[in-house]
Amino acid sequence: MTQAVQRRLFLVVALLVAGGALGVIAMGGIGENLVYFWTPAQLHQNSDKAVGATIRLGGVVQAGTVDWQQGDQLLTFTVGEQTVDTATPVVVKAKGAPPQMFREGIGVVVEGTMRKDGVFAADKVMVKHSNEYRAPTEGVDPESLYATVEEL
Amino acid sequence: MTSRSYVAGAALSAIGFALLVVAHYLGLFVAPREAMMGDVGRILYVHVPTAWGALLFYLGAFVAAIGSLWSGRRGWDAATTAMVEVGTVMTFLLLVQGSLWARPTWGTYWTWDPRLTTSAVLAAAFGVVLLLRRLIDQPARRATATAVATIVAFVDVPIVYFSVKWWNSLHQPVSSRQTIDSPMMQPLLIAAVAVLLLGIGLSVLRWRVELARLLAEEAAPDLPDAPAPLDLSGASGAPRG
Repeated sequence: MTQAVQRRLFLVVALLVAGGALGVIAMGGIGENLVYFWTPAQLHQNSDKAVGATIRLGGVVQAGTVDWQQGDQLLTFTVGEQTVDTATPVVVKAKGAPPQMFREGIGVVVEGTMRKDGVFAADKVMVKHSNEYRAPTEGVDPESLYATVEEL
Repeated sequence: MTSRSYVAGAALSAIGFALLVVAHYLGLFVAPREAMMGDVGRILYVHVPTAWGALLFYLGAFVAAIGSLWSGRRGWDAATTAMVEVGTVMTFLLLVQGSLWARPTWGTYWTWDPRLTTSAVLAAAFGVVLLLRRLIDQPARRATATAVATIVAFVDVPIVYFSVKWWNSLHQPVSSRQTIDSPMMQPLLIAAVAVLLLGIGLSVLRWRVELARLLAEEAAPDLPDAPAPLDLSGASGAPRG
């Protein structure tokens, strides 16, 4: 086998391996094993596995559910489904102040575990930013962008 | 030592750098604050062009790797390495910029979200390609190994791109003209062109160096496997034993 033939054989094999691997991943081969967070509905479906295990829950902070106890540094809020509000929202309790962008109606991912009483005890609250980048609306005080949870 | 490729590489790098200054002047001082993130949102103009650049230069390296395996010419081999290196520098910058952006917005420097995880894999995979290249001495074998490893590592590039589409993630999905207000689009696009030109310029300069190195390697006589032991006997006249 000449060097050129060997090289081109390597090329074909490398492309087949690369294409095959990509195909398997794209067709969902590892999709089910790669779960970053559960939605509230998925959390309810897997409620038996959720208690005690470290899991992530993702969804939207429901309007009118945010409660911040300054003295205890305890944050309570409810996470609902991103699109439809059919699934029962999950009550989340977290210690410490959340990131500055935290507010009602924003996407969040919380890391922690499900307690037996159905409350999600979060060690970490992360705020999701959408892919939208907008100029501020006219007349909005720019400083209000930096409102912290104490002012909610 | 001047040649056309040197002038082209240096000129593209200089134009890219100048455009980058213009883009960030617009991004920092002219474009409005982002409505939700405030001034922190201006990292958009740094981070998104870096991401596009990293993926594009890996695509370039993938094409060059195919050319290298098909033709066996050292020019393609040098081009593969040059673009893998530029892509890898951009990927490391991407991870650092992303962490700095994530802390004030998401509230954490790092999380094992699909986009972040696949991007970290990208840096590691192409890091291995560069390491592999350093470990092989025989030129033809080194060129083949570099090209095959580049093609295999490239699998992660589309995965990084589609990760936010295929899986639940904390990272935002792909942005478009519809999701970015026009005063913010201008610095973003200028910065993207700037990073592209800078990356092409640096790739051309790196390609020249690599090509010169490969030619020198071929011209040089083979080095002995190990340096000959020094013969000190009688050199200083000192008594032995």
